[in-house]
Amino acid sequence: MIQAIAFYFFATIVVGAAVMTIMARNPVHSVLWLIMAFFNAAGLMVLVGAEFIAMLLVIVYVGAVAVLFLFVVMMLDIDFAAMRAGFSRNAPLGLAVAAVLLAELLLGVGAYNAGGLTLGSPDGSAMQAADTSNIEALGALLYGKYIALFEIAGIILLVAMIGAIVLTFQPPKPGARARQDVGKQIRRRPEEATVMKHPEIGQGVEL
Amino acid sequence: MTAFFQSLGLPYEWAWTVATVVAIVVVSLLVMFSVAMVIYVDRKVLGAIMLRRGPNVVGPFGLLQSFADGLKVFLQETIIPTAANKGIFLLAPIITFTVALAAWAVIPFWDGGVIADINVGLLYILAISSMGVYGVVMSGWASNSKYPFFSAMRASAQMISYEVSIGFVLVCVVLFAGTFNLGGIVRAQQSFGLGVINAYAVHPLLFPMWVVFFISALAETARAPFDLTEAESELVAGYQTEYSSMSFALFWLGEYANILLMCSLNTLLFWGGWLPPLDIPVLYMVPGIVWFLVKTFLFFFMFSWIWATVPRYRYDQLMRLGWKVFLPMSLLFVAVTSGYLMATGHFDKVGIAEVPATATEIVQTNPAQPTAVRGQS
Repeated sequence: MIQAIAFYFFATIVVGAAVMTIMARNPVHSVLWLIMAFFNAAGLMVLVGAEFIAMLLVIVYVGAVAVLFLFVVMMLDIDFAAMRAGFSRNAPLGLAVAAVLLAELLLGVGAYNAGGLTLGSPDGSAMQAADTSNIEALGALLYGKYIALFEIAGIILLVAMIGAIVLTFQPPKPGARARQDVGKQIRRRPEEATVMKHPEIGQGVEL
Repeated sequence: MTAFFQSLGLPYEWAWTVATVVAIVVVSLLVMFSVAMVIYVDRKVLGAIMLRRGPNVVGPFGLLQSFADGLKVFLQETIIPTAANKGIFLLAPIITFTVALAAWAVIPFWDGGVIADINVGLLYILAISSMGVYGVVMSGWASNSKYPFFSAMRASAQMISYEVSIGFVLVCVVLFAGTFNLGGIVRAQQSFGLGVINAYAVHPLLFPMWVVFFISALAETARAPFDLTEAESELVAGYQTEYSSMSFALFWLGEYANILLMCSLNTLLFWGGWLPPLDIPVLYMVPGIVWFLVKTFLFFFMFSWIWATVPRYRYDQLMRLGWKVFLPMSLLFVAVTSGYLMATGHFDKVGIAEVPATATEIVQTNPAQPTAVRGQS
C-alpha cells in the first residue's frame, strides 16, 4: 500500500510538473517545473528498483544539465508581448511536433502491449536479479557483454568534447596581456620587486 | 526501531514508516542543535585566533549565543523586495535548508546507526549536494538585484566545477572499498593502514585524494578561502543580500549543515568514520558515535582555522585550481589507483561479485515481507 501511495504521489507530481512546464508564462518557472519533474521521475525510478539510474538522473540532469539550462534562461531578456505575438505564426510547427510525440507515445504503448520486446520480464516489471545490486548488474553488462558499444560511445563523446573545445578555443592574441604563471609568481622574492629608498626632504625619488 | 513499533501492535509496513519518521525527526533536530553549537564554536575559534574573546555574554561562556540569535531573527520582520519574484524568493531558502538536511539520511553515525542504509549512499550524497546550487541560483535570480545575481552565477559555476573533482576522488575511495554504501566504506577501512590504522587517508594513493577532497569541500560549501559567493567587499552579502529574518536564517542554517556534512564525509570516507583511529580492542570500548563526532569536530575546527588564516582567492584562480589542477590530478589518480589495485589483486580479495548484506535493501519492492527490508538503527 505504501508503494501505491508513493507511486501515485510521484506520478501525479511528474505529470503536474510537466503540464506546468508548458503552461508557465515565465520561462524560469518553466525550467524550475521541469527540474521538479526530473526529480520526481527519479523517485519513480527508485520505486521500480533502479536506484542507480535514479541517482544518475538527479546528478546529471538535475545537478548539471538543468543548472546550465536555468542559467541561460535566467540571463535572457524576454519580451513577453513579442512571444505571444509569435504564437499564431509558430502554432502549425508546434502542432506538428505535438502530433509526432503523440504518435510515438501511442506506438510505444502499442508495442509494449503487443509484448514484442523482452528486455524486462513478461509481466512488465523491471528485470532484477534478486541477489545482485543495481550497480553490479549494470557494470557486468556494460563492461562485459556490451563493452564494444560502451567504448564506442565513450570515443564519440570524447570527440564531441574535443570538437566543442576546438570550436570555441581562441588562442591569445599576440599583443594581449601576459598570462599568469603561478610558478613564476611564487618563485619571485621581495628583493626582486622592491627597493628601499631614503629620499631627502624636498628631493623626491628617482625610479 | 521498527521492531519496537511492531511490538506495539502495528503491522510491519506502518511500524517501518513510523520508525523512519521518528528517526528523521530525531536526526534533523540533532543536526540543527549541532549547527547552533558549531556556529558558536566557529565564532569562538575565530575570536581566539584574532585575539578576541568571541561570544561570551549570553549564558555560561556565551554558550547560548546561537539560540539568542535564532530567537532574534525569528522575531524580525520578513521583508520581501517589491521587485522580487515572490514565490521563488520565498522558496529558495527553504530548498537550501531542506537539501542540507536531506543528505543526512545516509550518514551512519555508528555501525548501523543510519536512517537509510542504501547501497548507493555515496551517489545519493552527490545527487543531493548537487541540488544545493538551486537554492543559491533561485535566490540570486528572484531577488531581482545585481549583486545577488552575480553571486548566483559565481556559486553555480563554482559548485559545478568542484563537484567534478569530488566525483573522481570518490571513485578512488569506491575502488578501494568496493561499495557505494557509506557503512561498507567505513567497514572496509578497519585495520587498513599497516594492519592497525583504521583510515584510508594513510595510503600514499589516497592521501593526496583526501587533500583534494578537503579543499574541494571548502569550495563546495563556499567557505573561506573560496567564499566568493558572499565576498562582502565586492557583492555586499552575495545571494543573501535581500533576505531578512527567518529566510536569512534558513540560508545560514543550511550552509552550516552542509559544512558539517562535508566534515562528516571527510571522516567517513578517509578517516574511518565511527571506528577508533587504531585497531586496538581497548579503543572499541568507546562508543562509535563518540569517535565519529570527535573526528567530525576536528575537521570543523580545521574549517574555521582555515577561515581565520587564509586570504580569499580571486575568481580566476578558483576556476584554475578546479579545472586545471584538481581535475587532471584526480583523473590521473583514478587511473593510477585502479591500475595499482588491479596489479596487487585487490579486486579478487574484496570479492566484487560478493554482495554486501545490505545491498538488496532498496531494490526490494515488497516490504510486506519482513525479511525483505531491514529495519534501521
